[in-house]
Amino acid sequence: MNLAPFIDGAYGVTVVFLLGIAVMTFARYRRAVKRLAQVETR
Amino acid sequence: MSEDVLTTSQTGGAKNWFHRYANPGRFLRLVRPWLPALSVVSIALTVTGLVWGYFFAPADWEQGDAARIMYVHVPAAWVAMAGYAALAVCSFFSIIWRHPLADLAAEEIGPVGAGFTAVCLVSGSLWGKPMWGAYWVWDARLTSVLILFFLYLGHIALIRAFDNPAHGHRAAAILALVGAINLPIIVFSVQWWNTLHQGNTISITGGSKIYITMLYPLLISTLGFYLSFITLVCARVCAAVMERRTRGLLLAAAERE
Repeated sequence: MNLAPFIDGAYGVTVVFLLGIAVMTFARYRRAVKRLAQVETR
Repeated sequence: MSEDVLTTSQTGGAKNWFHRYANPGRFLRLVRPWLPALSVVSIALTVTGLVWGYFFAPADWEQGDAARIMYVHVPAAWVAMAGYAALAVCSFFSIIWRHPLADLAAEEIGPVGAGFTAVCLVSGSLWGKPMWGAYWVWDARLTSVLILFFLYLGHIALIRAFDNPAHGHRAAAILALVGAINLPIIVFSVQWWNTLHQGNTISITGGSKIYITMLYPLLISTLGFYLSFITLVCARVCAAVMERRTRGLLLAAAERE
């Protein structure tokens, strides 16, 4: 049995999840910092 | 405006450190400077663990290269369970002391924990197909982890299901506490029932059934996943505190006008 698709699939799902949640969290964090700075300097 | 603007009356008079640090403003001041370093270390450890496991760790004598899935599946499973334990602890503090930080933390742990549980389930089924001949079996371990995933989803949904956010947090906290009974069931399922899933390979009290060349990448990957989880949750809680403060400032400005 060719195991490569199963191994690559498991690693692929993990990497996509970790990258996805990291990018979304970073974007939200940056947006929150920027928005707070804008409101505080008003 | 003072950073302690979100301090509640119940934490304000508290003497002990625990209640002092439950203040969202103080949490933000403490954690924010550490986020860049935490991010770098968690990325470094996770990448090292995954690359070591995928390319350099030896194949298993019985399972061959399929055992490489262990380096993503096992850390994801541990983080999924630890995340739920953290969710239950936050829910306990939320119900007993109504710490605003506990509610925020619980709200942010939910989606991250659900993601790690999904990774555990998908990687587990991709491991199951070549080993057992099926992507899924209604085995005690698999079923209890699926229930864990549904508990996370239920928690996420329940928080947002009420017009009054306080009611949502309270209902979700009760669900999280009741659902914590599932954690020992997951851990001991392989001992209590006959399962296709293999028994515990690693023990902190010694007697691990895994060779050291496979144990090191597994531990590094696990440490990376744990740190990634902590970093993600901390960053999301910081963002939530800042969003809350922004809303508060906008509301105060609107009231002045």
